[in-house]
Amino acid sequence: MANLTINGKAFDLDVEPDTPLLWAIRENAGLTGTKYGCGIAQCGACTVHIDGVAIRSCGVPVSEAVGKQITTIEGLASANGALHKVQQAWIANDVPQCGYCQTGMIMAVAALLKDKPKPTDADIDTAITNICRCGTFQQVREAIHQAATA
Amino acid sequence: MNYLSKISRRSFVIGSAAAGGGLAIGFDLPFGPKSAQASASEPELGVWVVVKPDDSVIIRIARSEMGQGTITGLAQLVAEELECDWSKVSTEYPTPGQNVARKRAWGSYSTGGSRGIRESHEYVRQGGAAARMMLIQAAANEWKIPVEQCSAANSIITGPDGRKTTFGKVTEAASKLPVPDKPKLKDPKDWKIAGKPLKRLDTADKVTGKQIYGSDLKLPGMLNAAIKECPVFGGKVKSFDAARVAGMKGVKKVVQVGNTGVAVVADTWWHAKTALDALPIVWDEGPNAKVSSSSIADTLKQGLDAEQGFVGNKSGDAKAAIASAAKKVEAVYSYPYQNHAPMEPMNATARYTADKCEVWVPTQDGEASFAAVLAASGLPADKCEVYKINLGGGFGRRGAFQDYVHQAVLIAKEMPGTPIKLLWSREEDMVQGRYHPVMQCKLVGAFDKDNNLTGMHMRLSGQSILAAVRPAIVEQQKGRDPLAFQGVFESGEHAFGYTIPNLLIDHAMHNPHVPPGFWRGVNINQNCIFMECFMDELAHAAGQDALEFRRKFLGKHPKNLAVLNAVAEKIGWDKPAPKGIYRGLAHMKAFAAYVAAAAEISVTDGNKIKVHRIVAATDPIYAVNPAQIDRQVAGSFVYGLSALFLQECTVKDGRIVETNFDTYDSMRIAQMPKVESIIMPSGGTDPWGGVGEPTICVAAPAVLNAYFNATGKRIRSIPLKNHGITMV
Ligand code: FES
Ligand code: FES
Repeated sequence: MANLTINGKAFDLDVEPDTPLLWAIRENAGLTGTKYGCGIAQCGACTVHIDGVAIRSCGVPVSEAVGKQITTIEGLASANGALHKVQQAWIANDVPQCGYCQTGMIMAVAALLKDKPKPTDADIDTAITNICRCGTFQQVREAIHQAATA
Repeated sequence: MNYLSKISRRSFVIGSAAAGGGLAIGFDLPFGPKSAQASASEPELGVWVVVKPDDSVIIRIARSEMGQGTITGLAQLVAEELECDWSKVSTEYPTPGQNVARKRAWGSYSTGGSRGIRESHEYVRQGGAAARMMLIQAAANEWKIPVEQCSAANSIITGPDGRKTTFGKVTEAASKLPVPDKPKLKDPKDWKIAGKPLKRLDTADKVTGKQIYGSDLKLPGMLNAAIKECPVFGGKVKSFDAARVAGMKGVKKVVQVGNTGVAVVADTWWHAKTALDALPIVWDEGPNAKVSSSSIADTLKQGLDAEQGFVGNKSGDAKAAIASAAKKVEAVYSYPYQNHAPMEPMNATARYTADKCEVWVPTQDGEASFAAVLAASGLPADKCEVYKINLGGGFGRRGAFQDYVHQAVLIAKEMPGTPIKLLWSREEDMVQGRYHPVMQCKLVGAFDKDNNLTGMHMRLSGQSILAAVRPAIVEQQKGRDPLAFQGVFESGEHAFGYTIPNLLIDHAMHNPHVPPGFWRGVNINQNCIFMECFMDELAHAAGQDALEFRRKFLGKHPKNLAVLNAVAEKIGWDKPAPKGIYRGLAHMKAFAAYVAAAAEISVTDGNKIKVHRIVAATDPIYAVNPAQIDRQVAGSFVYGLSALFLQECTVKDGRIVETNFDTYDSMRIAQMPKVESIIMPSGGTDPWGGVGEPTICVAAPAVLNAYFNATGKRIRSIPLKNHGITMV
């Protein structure tokens, strides 16, 4: 059993402590916006925030997330439903293609903007290392700059 | 797009005659004369359009959306003719089972070969036009005036005296009218919705996590399965020790899947995978257990000098021209196996009972999935159904091959009534691919004493996709795989773009045991590198500019020349590049579109390439949504440059070595060049060209040619990581 706080809600999950947080989120908490792409912390599809920091959840055992604030894509919008400025910029720039990588991408970008509200291209290159097989990077970069000025 | 609605709703109505067709489908489906029951729950105007009384418009889409924007583009075409209010449009997938029951009313479901729009634009536009005519007729009937006096725009029908009604008000009456046959279509120059850079219809749910992909599906009582197939292609299961994992947490069942696989079914996928990893499996590795990349390469090498090959393109006598040449230029190139690696690994969910087998699957071809359900379940068509779910990428892996559907049904048959979601691990996805085929190529160019090119022989040696996947086509062609010549073929949508005196392009077929597949762009990836790098080699040998040299052979190919000129002009080919920047060019006709690229790179320490900028031109004849084309072009370069720099599936002991993105890497944003695309539809009566694939092929040769210009080094084998070259 593990008690996790996801998107401000308490979850009592029937999982072994070494279960990757990704699978506890997807299968036990039922929040499928966080995606599986590689399971070895390479692709970023599983990115969530733990205490505000972007983390690849496939590489974190549930035991390490206990007692921390976990935010998934489902919890990124504000409580009143208003989308986060990154999500808004994504819609405005028509960023997603298949969309599968985009929830992780958006979580990584949201964390970057918290850290660096006006990131340079070099900041983006360093911080955003998610894989997108559809190849949306050109729109991702434009949308990040737009979100930064929103 | 709401697929769930179709799980409960059936609206079988006898539709119009089969639309489209003419495509070689690789499976048999019983498109019988069976009549389907009519239970229309909403007003259907022909098979493509539903208008509801509240004025909302549902446009049916047969092809699959996998990120390429096809549902938006196809909906634009229908909406254009329908004259509806675009803001009221949503889309839905008619199921493959409905298509069978309605005698293939929606035509082909195949979403590959960049065909989604180019091969269905006519009949879907006719669908929109027919629906508009039915709506206008219904209004005219109600007003008791001649239909010629009424017109439609923006979902409103206007009569002669300015009286108005809406689509929603007349839709019930319209749905009872006959569907007009072959209505006249608008001239594309009058388009208001099609041809415009509209936003995609399916973005909102992709940024909130709401969009459900196949791997996200939840059904009541569902269990999860993880699978391993014999990692050596052609091998099978010898034994496994189910008792060792039977007691592990969550495990429900261990099942053998066919002769070749073993799956664990558990409450959660994580439990299934954990148990599968702990399960002792002994494989009978079969006859291919000793095959390696180098043994495959050795076999292909023999084909380079074989006396004969299947001929794909021939004029004059190339061999004689080469024999009498004043100067010969010769080069050997090679291209490796590559995996599609879509972000979402393969998956399918199946529920089987003796009277019904249902499958939910992210598929590029719902009909191919349906055929797999029939074959694996053993049930007749009226007891099978497929529900298409959003794909987390496809790139060719999820079309012709439905191995995961087959597996899911076989597992579900072991637990009747229980829905089973089968998800592959990334590792399984990497080692059970349907790979971009291996190919080697020897090119010989002949010059006379005045440096005029007098002949060329291009000998391909390597694997045929069609021989493995559509053997009937190869048989019909007397052993030749016409697809092997994509981009250099004698005619058609992949016609060679140059006129070269004394030309021979032929193919020595060698088919290793590694299963090949259609990988975004298919055979243009290697053919464009081979041909367009070699054209640069020839230009260099002749001491001529790469663009000028090409132009000499483009006189009879004005559309090829136009895209090449467009990129050359935009990159400033006639002016020197900025200091430290080097340029390269490439072009090709592929999937009926004409494409070209000009790349600008810089090189540090001789082996760190920065691709700064790629100017890309594409002429798809007609452009349905320029904004989405722009994204496909840039996206294709990410896929193509990742392949060029980073990706090879190597074979050792009969199996694929690379098992995840740590060894099979993909470009990141830091490596992304600035892509400037020129969309230049030439219109006219040529067949429409595709968009999703063609441009992929020009990125790699443009960069390789630029690298030669920067360093004087000619790289002739892929990927560049094998040469110690990195992408920065
Ligand atoms: S699934 Fe976690 S980084 Fe790829
Ligand atoms: S949008 Fe498809 S993988 Fe990124």
